[in-house]
Amino acid sequence: SSSNNVLARALADLLSVDRIDADTWDDFEATLIASDLGVGPTTELTDALRKELSVDGVADPETARRVLRSELLRLVDPTLDRSLNLDSEEGKPAVVMVVGVNGTGKTTTVGKLARVLVADGRSVLLGAADTFRAAAAEQLITWGERVGVSTVRGPEGGDPASVAFEAVASGAENGIDVVIVDTAGRLHTKTGLMDELGKVKRVIEKKAAVNEVLLVLDATTGQNGMMQARVFSQVVNVTGIVLTKLDGSAKGGIVVAVQRELGVPVKLIGLGEGVDDLAPFDPEGFVAGILGE
Amino acid sequence: MFDTLQDRLSDVFKGLRSKGRLTEADIDATMREIRIALLEADVNLSVVKGFISAVKERCLGLELSKALNPTQQIIKIVDDELVGILGGETRNVRFSKRPPTVIMLAGLQGAGKTTLAGKLASWLREQKHAPLLVAADLQRPNAVGQLQIVGERAGVHVFAPQPGNGVGDPVQVARDSIEHARRRLYDVVIVDTAGRLGVDAELMQQAADIKEAVNPDEVLFVVDAMIGQDAVNTARAFNEGIGFDGVVLTKLDGDARGGAALSIARVIGKPIMFASNGEGLKDFDVFHPDRMASRILGMGDVLTLIEQA
Ligand SMILES: Nc1nc2c(ncn2[C@@H]2O[C@H](COP(=O)(O)OP(=O)(O)OP(=O)(O)O)[C@@H](O)[C@H]2O)c(=O)[nH]1
Ligand SMILES: Nc1nc2c(ncn2[C@@H]2O[C@H](COP(=O)(O)OP(=O)(O)OP(=O)(O)O)[C@@H](O)[C@H]2O)c(=O)[nH]1
Ligand SMILES: [Mg+2]
Ligand SMILES: [Mg+2]
Repeated sequence: SSSNNVLARALADLLSVDRIDADTWDDFEATLIASDLGVGPTTELTDALRKELSVDGVADPETARRVLRSELLRLVDPTLDRSLNLDSEEGKPAVVMVVGVNGTGKTTTVGKLARVLVADGRSVLLGAADTFRAAAAEQLITWGERVGVSTVRGPEGGDPASVAFEAVASGAENGIDVVIVDTAGRLHTKTGLMDELGKVKRVIEKKAAVNEVLLVLDATTGQNGMMQARVFSQVVNVTGIVLTKLDGSAKGGIVVAVQRELGVPVKLIGLGEGVDDLAPFDPEGFVAGILGE
Repeated sequence: MFDTLQDRLSDVFKGLRSKGRLTEADIDATMREIRIALLEADVNLSVVKGFISAVKERCLGLELSKALNPTQQIIKIVDDELVGILGGETRNVRFSKRPPTVIMLAGLQGAGKTTLAGKLASWLREQKHAPLLVAADLQRPNAVGQLQIVGERAGVHVFAPQPGNGVGDPVQVARDSIEHARRRLYDVVIVDTAGRLGVDAELMQQAADIKEAVNPDEVLFVVDAMIGQDAVNTARAFNEGIGFDGVVLTKLDGDARGGAALSIARVIGKPIMFASNGEGLKDFDVFHPDRMASRILGMGDVLTLIEQA
């Protein structure tokens, strides 16, 4: 894509001058910004690069690229544990809640995740706690049918917390391994809806512990992703991020800042609308994507 | 949260006594702050660059006034330029002289097309039009059902001859809807299409085929206000792949600054026509460039104060 060309050009510029001037560094920074990395991480990254290149003396293109890649990788932190925690108490299902702003890909992610878990030999039940959006439950049920799992739903416009509770209770009764609860999209600025989400979680916890709260972020999201992550984390204690729509041209750079500030790792990525388009997050692949490699 | 441009510039000018003119160093520092503020508002990088040089030009010749402090004066310049790019007047829907008027919606997955279809229908109905919604997203699970519910809420008919979920040909549905509208005397046809990525050539072609089948009076590109630096790539891909006439920004009820509006308006040069600000049928307004400018700068009230000074 064009942002990669910009990076290539910026790198070439960077290396074609003996003393790298301020404008060149500006261009270089700007290139990273094009991946939605944000001004803060970009500045940090370029400072680190600048320091390292000056210590090593004159740099060749390969060295610069290698240093950049390793600095980026350090920001993304390959050492984080990105596995899903699905250990549950005896006789109770593990519970995964899927949350996020409108239209990021929550329901789709629930379907794809169910597919992965079923393939892994686990029994799965879906809870349609989006009782608000038009045909949201039907959409989830269709996903359930695609991947061969049942869905617990309630009446349209009903109380999402009680649907979630029902799903978990039914999961416990039927010896289900994992219950995945889909929730309605909500903007983090809507306090009423955020309170409702907190309640959904608390009500589930009367029945079983919530193992994972996955925040679904759309890779096309810009700097607003940080606000989303902050508020959702405050309200329901997010344990992992799913970065969706990485099959498009957006790079999803915002997750770098999100992961760093909140310490919440990106665990999964969405790569399409099909049942198999969910993958574990791979730091090296992600960095390569930002660098257009 | 991010500092507003106001805060940033106030910091720059902290030590400044009224000097009649800004020094070059003042101006450079100012431009740096404006650049950061715009990038944090998700304005596209290339747009930021062009924008900064235009603003810089105006700041260089600036005679500092007594009524306003330098921060206020520069913010006013920035705001002027923003509004200029975002477009002076809003453009309304062009109705066809020979009904039905056809409006086609296109955009990325989850942008808010189906929701917008309902809002448009309800808005048109209030204006005594007879809109027909067309379910031409036969791909996303239960997209047809979603549109049917939306149509029910808006009190308008939905043309949905195919069940969707992978069954049926959206181009055929779109084509047939026009004949259906003619026969039943609907005067506006709103075609909801599946979400698609800018990089998906096959689906982009499908959208182009739908366009050809219905010959729309308006193709609206629907875009989420939270979108980041990729907005321009995406808008360009849709404009090249399908061609659109206007833009609708959605999810403006959140706190995204919405720099995409500026980026798309600047690079594609198509007007932003509507603003969507909620999930309800009525959460919808014509686009106001001045409000958008304040929003990108993160300062609603400040500008009003400056105007009054
Ligand atoms: N290309 C692509 N599209 C995706 C991906 N994940 C989801 N989508 C699409 O994005 C759109 C929205 O997905 P949903 O799963 O309905 O999103 P949601 O977050 O549940 O939406 P709400 O419940 O309305 O807030 C649909 O058209 C999905 O097919 C992905 O990884 N890649
Ligand atoms: N808060 C808010 N939510 C919105 C707005 N417009 C749409 N939504 C929500 O965003 C989500 C996606 O909206 P849809 O209308 O399904 O989007 P779409 O573009 O048709 O999605 P696909 O058909 O999957 O590509 C839903 O949860 C909507 O309720 C808006 O202006 N504000
Ligand atoms: Mg959903
Ligand atoms: Mg839709």
